[in-house]
Amino acid sequence: MNVRKAKHGTLLTVLFTIISIAYVYPIFLVLINSFKKKAYISRDPFSIPQGKIFVGLDNYVKGIQKTGFVQAFGLSLFITICSVAVIILCTSMCAWYICRVKNAATNTIYYLCLFSMIVPFQMVMFTLSKIANILHLNNPVGIIVVYLGFGAGLSVFMFVGFVKSIPLEIEEAAMIDGCTPLQTFFQVVLPILKPTCITVTILQAMWIWNDYLLPYLVLDIKKYKTIPIAVQYLKGGYGSVDMGAMMGVLVLAIIPIIIFYLFCQRYIIEGVVAGAVKG
Amino acid sequence: MNKAIKKYWPVFVLPTMLAFTIGFIAPFILGIYLSFCKFTTVTDAKWVGLSNYAKIWGDASDPFLHSLWYTALFTVVSVLLINILAFVVAMFLTKKIRGTNIFRTIFFMPNLIGGIILGYIWQLLLNGILTHFQRTLTYSSVYGFWGLVILMCWQQIGYMMIIYISGIQNIPGELIEAAKIDGANSRQILKNVTIPMVMPSITICTFLTLTNGFKLFDQNLALTDGAPSKMSEMLALNIYNTFYGRTGYEGVGQAKAVLFFILVAAIAITQNILTRTKEVQQ
Repeated sequence: MNVRKAKHGTLLTVLFTIISIAYVYPIFLVLINSFKKKAYISRDPFSIPQGKIFVGLDNYVKGIQKTGFVQAFGLSLFITICSVAVIILCTSMCAWYICRVKNAATNTIYYLCLFSMIVPFQMVMFTLSKIANILHLNNPVGIIVVYLGFGAGLSVFMFVGFVKSIPLEIEEAAMIDGCTPLQTFFQVVLPILKPTCITVTILQAMWIWNDYLLPYLVLDIKKYKTIPIAVQYLKGGYGSVDMGAMMGVLVLAIIPIIIFYLFCQRYIIEGVVAGAVKG
Repeated sequence: MNKAIKKYWPVFVLPTMLAFTIGFIAPFILGIYLSFCKFTTVTDAKWVGLSNYAKIWGDASDPFLHSLWYTALFTVVSVLLINILAFVVAMFLTKKIRGTNIFRTIFFMPNLIGGIILGYIWQLLLNGILTHFQRTLTYSSVYGFWGLVILMCWQQIGYMMIIYISGIQNIPGELIEAAKIDGANSRQILKNVTIPMVMPSITICTFLTLTNGFKLFDQNLALTDGAPSKMSEMLALNIYNTFYGRTGYEGVGQAKAVLFFILVAAIAITQNILTRTKEVQQ
């Protein structure tokens, strides 16, 4: 019985190893093709780059030049980090307030946030981009406000879910000791909220880093390109795509994410689970 | 205590609410208003009543109805495939197999890659396979359909698997022990213990896959961009193209967007009610 079970286990390990290899294969394929001369990429993507097909790092150089990848990377990083930081700070404060001060106004805010979560972006995309234009939010700093506004629903909802479980006594003790509400929040409540902060950070960062349509419509794209916009920009109008440059840029776009993932894997997976349970 | 906090509202609530008004409330209300108007920007709107809504239907050059069915079919197929596969993988990876952590890591990875990039990765792979048959992804909308299904499975199975794994691990061991002692075989355990106990996870996963399927945009844009002749265009892309691809149709685009919102909201709410009633009280 035990031997059979062990055999069963090994068989499954082998099976899942094969599936895993198949799972990574698409990324591996892009990596291989990024070293090929562009004419050979669409003709035979499965061949191995060698001899005259191999072009070294040419595709990367071309891809970086054509898309301004370095600036795009910096811009994506800037927008993601700043937006997430602002979202965490503002929405956790907002959530704590609407949990502690119960009246019609805070109730309305809560339900509006809940409501905003089921509204698809297409519903507001046109008006949002026009409003952002009128208010001069069409730059990397302004878009942070837009992200705070559009991302507020989910974050407020998740923070409220957690604040509800914090016992009031802790805060009351702090207030009796003479803390102002601001001190109470930053010195007592925010440290307790840390796990939720991580969850919200992960969910929002995954969304903002990969978001294409919102920055494309809101930002002045002649000046500012995030990574997804830069990739899509390569495809351009009606002309043919430079597959070589495309492959190079794809690899460059994927590698930082994978490195980040391997380092923060535990937090990412826990964040996703916590987010799902609350959501 | 309540009172002391109350007067701090400009610090605590105002920043978020200002941004929320700019980023959501104002665009939403203006969007509903504009769906009854003819306009090219928000400042030149003229009230036209329901004519935008009437124009959605029966326009031969605009396959809105086709994209509606295409999206619905895609969503049904992808929801079923993703959830079943994710659940099966989760069942295996919660057993004592060597290397489960590595497998989980690998299966989850595609989630972090953005839709546009995913689209081009799969375009390369699928077109590479199809050239052997002298076809491309844009040969017919059927290819685009299955291409998208494969892509979405690849992207989302890992995410849903993680949620199912946490659901399965939360089932108390005694429950399964008790069922075994009562003589239940593994199929009965699965049907009468495991599935009812992970119902909350099923609710969440079907909700996520359902709304993701309906709102799909980036992957659709990158993989086929609606080709051939808009036949693989899904709802979100159709709305986008109505807005930005045809001048004079901004109002129609907005009307479609309102319908789209109502549809997504109705589906989300119905699904939630349906699966919530099946959940076991713990």
